[in-house]
Amino acid sequence: MTCDDAQLLVHAYLDDELDAAQSAAMARHLQDCAACAASYGIHSRLRKALAQPGLYHRAPDALRERWSPTQTVAGSALPTPFRPRRAPLAYAMAAGFAGALLLTSPAWITALRQRGAESNSVVAEAVSSHVRSLQARHLMDVVSTDQHTVKPWFEGKLDFSPRVKDLASEGFPLIGGRLDAIDGRSVAALIYKRHLHVINLYQWPTDSLATAQPEVQRHGYTVIRWTAEGMRYIAISDVSAADLKQFVLAFRNDAGTPP
Amino acid sequence: MPVDLHTIPSSPDSVRSARFETLVLPCLDAAYNLAHWLARDHADAQDVVQEAMLRALRYFDSFHGNDARVWLLAIVRNTYYTLRTKAPQDSLHESLDEEAHPLVDDGPSPETLTLLAVDVGTLQLALECLPSPLREVLVLRELEECSYKEIAAITGQKIGTVMSRLARARERLKVELTHRPKEVRRHDV
Repeated sequence: MTCDDAQLLVHAYLDDELDAAQSAAMARHLQDCAACAASYGIHSRLRKALAQPGLYHRAPDALRERWSPTQTVAGSALPTPFRPRRAPLAYAMAAGFAGALLLTSPAWITALRQRGAESNSVVAEAVSSHVRSLQARHLMDVVSTDQHTVKPWFEGKLDFSPRVKDLASEGFPLIGGRLDAIDGRSVAALIYKRHLHVINLYQWPTDSLATAQPEVQRHGYTVIRWTAEGMRYIAISDVSAADLKQFVLAFRNDAGTPP
Repeated sequence: MPVDLHTIPSSPDSVRSARFETLVLPCLDAAYNLAHWLARDHADAQDVVQEAMLRALRYFDSFHGNDARVWLLAIVRNTYYTLRTKAPQDSLHESLDEEAHPLVDDGPSPETLTLLAVDVGTLQLALECLPSPLREVLVLRELEECSYKEIAAITGQKIGTVMSRLARARERLKVELTHRPKEVRRHDV
C-alpha cells in the first residue's frame, strides 16, 4: 500500500468501514510508515475530541414537552417493579405498598406536573392524596358509618356543605370522612370501602361546568372526575375501573338519600 | 402513497400514534442535534425540528424501514434545506473553492500537537466554520455515530461521496483547529 492510498483509506479505517483485507493492509502500512501513523494518530485524537458530550445538542425541554405523548409519559416514568397490584390487599399491605409508591413519588409526581395541564395536576394531587391517606392513621378524621355523623362533622371546617351518602346497600359502605387539600383549597374527602379496598371521594364547589375525561388510569389507580350541581368530584381507588364506575353511578343516582 | 398498513380496524389512529411514539419520539435528540449543527442557531433548530416532526407525523405511513432515526434525520436535513430556501449546492461552492486551494498536509507540526488539548468551545467554533456539506457529514459520523451506509441514506449520496466528504471534512477541521491559533497569534504580535 502506498502512502497516497493510505491517506485515502485512513478515514474509512478509523471508521471501521474497511473490509478485512484492506484493514489488514492498512494496519501493516501504519506499522511501517511513520508519517501515515502520525496522521492516523492525529485523526483518531480528533475523533475522540469530537466525542465530547458537550458538542452534542440535546433537544430542549420545551420541544420535548411539545412532543411527549399525553398518556405514556407518566407511565414510563414509573419504574415497573412498583406497578400496583390489583389483587385485594390487606390494610397493612396497602399501607406498605403506599409507602413504596411514595418512595417513587417525587419522580412520577414531577412527571405528572411537567405536563402542566391544570386537570392533570388535580389528578396527580388526588392520586398522591389518596396514597397519603392510606398511610397509617391518615385515612380518617371522623370515623363513622353514619352519614348523619359524617356530614355535620364537616360543618365549620369547610366553606361548603359536602354531599354525604351511605352506599352500603350498593356494596360501598361509608366508613368516614377527612379534611384534605387539593388544588390549593380545602376539600371534603369521604372514605368508602369496597371489600378490602379504599375509595376516596373528594369534593369541592366549582363554577366550571366542564367535565374533563371522565376516567383516567394513573399508576394502577382509577380516577373518575365529574361535576354535578356546582360540585367537583374526584373518585379514586385501586378497585377495578368497573367497580369504581359502579360506585360513581351509585353516588350520582342515589336519589333515596337526601343530600 | 400506499395505506395498506395492517392496522387494527378498531383504532388505527391510536395504533399509528403509539408506533410513532415508540419509533420516532426517541430520536428527538438526534433530530435536534443535527438541526442545531445545520442551523447553528438555537431558535432556528427548534423550528426545523418542529417542522420536521410534523412532516414525519404526516408521512409516517410511508415509513416502512427499520431505522426510524435514519428516516427522521433525512427529513430533518431536507426540512432544513427547504426552510433555508437555499439549496445545499449553494454552500457546496464554499467547499469547491476550497478544492481550488488544496490543503497542504505538512505532517505533524507543533500546531497539530495542540489538537491533544482541544476544548469544546474551540471545536464548536471550528465545526461551525465548515461548509454545511462537510459539517453535516462530520456531525452524522462523529456525533450521531452513523455508518457510511446510514449517512448515504440520510444525505441521498453515494457511499463513495460520503467517504470523500468525510475525509475532506476531517482535513478541513484539522486545518481550522491548527491554523486558527496561529492567526490569532499573528494578530497578537
